[in-house]
Amino acid sequence: MKRFDAIRQDALLKWKERTEGSSIPVIYLGTASCGRAAGVMSVLETINETLANLHVEARIVQVGCIGPCYLEPLMDIALPGGPRVCYANVTSEKAVKILTACLLKGDLQPKLAAGHFGDDAFTQKTGIPRFFDLPMLKPQVRVILRNCGLIDPEEIDPYLAFDGYVGLQSVLNQDPLQTIACLKESGLRGRGGAGFPTFKKWELCRAAQADQKYVICNADEGDPGAFMNRALLESDPHAVLEGMLIGGYATGATHGIVYVRAEYPLAVVRLKLAIQQMRVYGLLGEKILGSGFNFDITVHEGAGAFVCGEETALIASLEGGRGMPRPRPPYPADRGLNGCPTLINNTETFGTIPAIMRNGGTWFHQFGANGNYGTKTFSLVGKVRHTGLIEVPLGMTLRQVVDEIGGGTKEPFKAIQTGGPLGGCLPEAQLDTPITYETMRAQGSMMGSGGLIVMDESTCMVDMARYFVGFAQSESCGNCTPCRIGTRVLMSTLEKITRGDGETGDLEIMQRAADTMVKTALCGLGQAASNPVTSSLRYFMSEYEQHIRAKTCPASVCTDLFEFQISAQTCSGCGLCVEVCRVGAIQGNRKEPHILDAGLCIQCRACVKVCARKAIVGVPIAARMNKSAFSEVVA
Amino acid sequence: MIAPDALLLAGFSQTADNLIPVLQHVQKTCGFISQDSVRQIAGFLKVSEAHVFGVASFYTQFRFEKPGDNLIRVCLGTACHVQDGTHLAKEIHNILGIAPGETTPDGRFEFQQVACLGCCAQAPLVEINGKIFGKMTPDKLRKVLKKYEAL
Repeated sequence: MKRFDAIRQDALLKWKERTEGSSIPVIYLGTASCGRAAGVMSVLETINETLANLHVEARIVQVGCIGPCYLEPLMDIALPGGPRVCYANVTSEKAVKILTACLLKGDLQPKLAAGHFGDDAFTQKTGIPRFFDLPMLKPQVRVILRNCGLIDPEEIDPYLAFDGYVGLQSVLNQDPLQTIACLKESGLRGRGGAGFPTFKKWELCRAAQADQKYVICNADEGDPGAFMNRALLESDPHAVLEGMLIGGYATGATHGIVYVRAEYPLAVVRLKLAIQQMRVYGLLGEKILGSGFNFDITVHEGAGAFVCGEETALIASLEGGRGMPRPRPPYPADRGLNGCPTLINNTETFGTIPAIMRNGGTWFHQFGANGNYGTKTFSLVGKVRHTGLIEVPLGMTLRQVVDEIGGGTKEPFKAIQTGGPLGGCLPEAQLDTPITYETMRAQGSMMGSGGLIVMDESTCMVDMARYFVGFAQSESCGNCTPCRIGTRVLMSTLEKITRGDGETGDLEIMQRAADTMVKTALCGLGQAASNPVTSSLRYFMSEYEQHIRAKTCPASVCTDLFEFQISAQTCSGCGLCVEVCRVGAIQGNRKEPHILDAGLCIQCRACVKVCARKAIVGVPIAARMNKSAFSEVVA
Repeated sequence: MIAPDALLLAGFSQTADNLIPVLQHVQKTCGFISQDSVRQIAGFLKVSEAHVFGVASFYTQFRFEKPGDNLIRVCLGTACHVQDGTHLAKEIHNILGIAPGETTPDGRFEFQQVACLGCCAQAPLVEINGKIFGKMTPDKLRKVLKKYEAL
């Protein structure tokens, strides 16, 4: 143990030497998947070329995702003795400009800087705001994400430098029951979305008698629109692995498995790297840190099945079978992988454990309230201005998340979808709901794993319901009838409505199918698959009625129900729409109102997006029969 | 096809719970799971061919036909759907003339739709040969595809 303290001291020194104590400038680059999608790897190439051209020596440190993805690609520069200064939406040209000014003249280009990581004095001196004071970041609390975007996730030293494995170290000195008591005191609930008290799973698994027990980290983040686990694994893998080790010690397990989506190749690479590093430091294997605790961790790549996020399906998949859920009980804590007691928790749950063990259970109560303690990460995406990965204390209202953190929407807000594809869409009137497990359920949605998708007036709620049900239908394993048939009934009815063939009885058919699924489906997927339909029926009934009775789609999304026209009064004849139209459907002279040929139009909305005057509008098709007759003639 | 010896060499033990890692290894090595591979894997793990195919066909990752030279994947996750990702899929269909899950007759391009690539803040996304392109528009898509000589 003493030796480990020395290792940690050494790690801190090494990290400081690489970063704040560096004698040469340090360039930090966020190279998690979201940064890469925004083009950070070509910026990295430019940086390397520029350094060579300028004949300047600087160190490049690749870090993970710091959260505000809308600012990606992010590049930070720290001159010797100075704080990290962050530049947002960096292109190759911008990088050359900033690097040249910063590295040659020491000019930080305050106008281009988004924020810095230093103190208030630095703000006064340069006029650059503190990064964590930016509107998107200020209301956030970083417990789980505390290291994300700040450390190099491909090394173990930076993690050790920031109290890494201190939680494990303190746990190894106490009785496992004390660890579980600490977890109980914290009130941590499953971050996969169900909200089951975490300590209960641990207690059950601890109490089960068996020669072999397992710990499984569920990183099969299948929810479309959610990427919290990916970001955490890519940016701070050791936090999750430390949580698993603590879980292993507390329950008496000796083998841990991270079940991670195959769609997350970078997370897989970084996990495997982290595991190798742990072996070198004696954090895995036999007699971990000189204690009597033996533990090993392996990584298992999922093969692409949403239902494997369900714990019994995940276990079936690990055993080499089809990922189909089975009825519970027996719970995995009793009989899980290979029939052995198995502790299975979500990635974020494990990621929270080290902080609780370091600081104690009551420390956790300072965030959240009333049985919903701690912080929760969410991926805030869709039509908000500030998209990204966020972490907030439970109990914050949805409005704060959308307006303060997300910066609101450009077009009028319509709905926020919480709880993933099996959650619900909540309207403006519900935005003052605090985010807790109970309130989300009471509103007809759920906490889910943490995808928050914001929609504005350009989204059709009937189309969204069709989208979600389509997802549930294609991901249904087909094992139980309510889910297999139920999703089909919902899907065909919704297709009918969006096509303009809806009838008044359709809503009742869907409600009945939904009720049956909730009551009788085998697993969480089937029970919740109708949530998007029932929640939108509850809050957006008028949209369904417009589709069914008036055969119109108010948001102009359901392509069979409208055609685009250009309003002659509003059109300024700027010609932008003519340029973007790839099918040549728009014509007109400059400065004269343009005309759109609905027969040629493929409704791709490219013109709608470029028209500053919003002159291109969807007009309901008066007589549907005429339109089909028309398209037949054209075809 | 992959010989059982090769699987042994790759370090797989002959237990049925290894089926998915073995399938992943075979797909990585051969590009897809052929009928011969199914037979070999069944023999190697001592399970039935029906079991191997039953498991493989359950997961979206596994494919049973030769892949195209370039793999284009359009993300249709919720965030991408809200940001008009479906129009990108239509655009690819227009350019390449193939539906999702198909490969162009010359074998050069394969088109898939996926549930979520996990970079939702950069939606809508298109992935080509493992490289993810964020904030895609039909115009940008055409430019990128030109680089791959699809146009």
